[in-house]
Amino acid sequence: MLAYTTPLVGGVLIGTSTVFLLLFLGRIAGIGGIVWGAVSAQPDNAWRWLFVVGLLLGPLLYHILSNTPFPPASSLQWWHAALGGLLVGFGIKWGADFTSSQGALGIAWLSTRYLFAAVIFTGTGIATLYVVRHLVPGL
Amino acid sequence: MRNIIALLCGLAFGAGLAVSSMTDTAKVLGFLDVLGNWMPDLAFVVGAAACVILVTFPFVMRRKSPLMSLRFLLPATQFINGRLVGGAALYGIGLGLYGYFPGSAMASLVYQDWKTAIFIAAMLIGMTLANKVSAK
Repeated sequence: MLAYTTPLVGGVLIGTSTVFLLLFLGRIAGIGGIVWGAVSAQPDNAWRWLFVVGLLLGPLLYHILSNTPFPPASSLQWWHAALGGLLVGFGIKWGADFTSSQGALGIAWLSTRYLFAAVIFTGTGIATLYVVRHLVPGL
Repeated sequence: MRNIIALLCGLAFGAGLAVSSMTDTAKVLGFLDVLGNWMPDLAFVVGAAACVILVTFPFVMRRKSPLMSLRFLLPATQFINGRLVGGAALYGIGLGLYGYFPGSAMASLVYQDWKTAIFIAAMLIGMTLANKVSAK
């Protein structure tokens, strides 16, 4: 297989899922928003829960059917996960529900808002990783 | 029928994340590590997804309504304001700390690493906090 076959195949699957959810249900596949809607008991919620069920079963089926091992568990500390999750969740809601798939959506839509957010979070992500991995290793 | 479509979309989304190794925090952090051992995988994933959306989106939006709902529910605002900047900046710090997007964290729950559950729980707490602060 070529070096970047799997990212391309994965991207096509994600893009197709996004388009179908929009075509059939009229919804944007922002996972943070869908999970939030599911647990906060929004009306008309069954589709959200089933989307989440699929989101969990999809990887399981892939790993079983293709006989690919699970990726190695993160070697980072539990508090990296806790602080990381807290900031990701806070950021999504504070920024009025922008989505991570906005990189792809923003390009497709030529939405300046989406692209702008993607540039900012990629920037602070690069800076954060640089500090944690290279500047203060072991933080 | 709507629910079956939602299930299938979830399956494709989750499988896509796993196939492309976006459920591996090392790959996502590797994409952010531009000054170290850079891994471009994430760019290929986003690029491929964008191509699919770019080609099909005009056909979808030519319709007055979706096939199984009354109307399209698209983000209402196009404003770039201080809150979007702040929210995206904090989101990026969280991403750089651990290497999960909400989607990749959810899809990784099946790997049964307890730190993934911590990430998700903290994410929901973060959303609750942001809503509380905004409501004031």
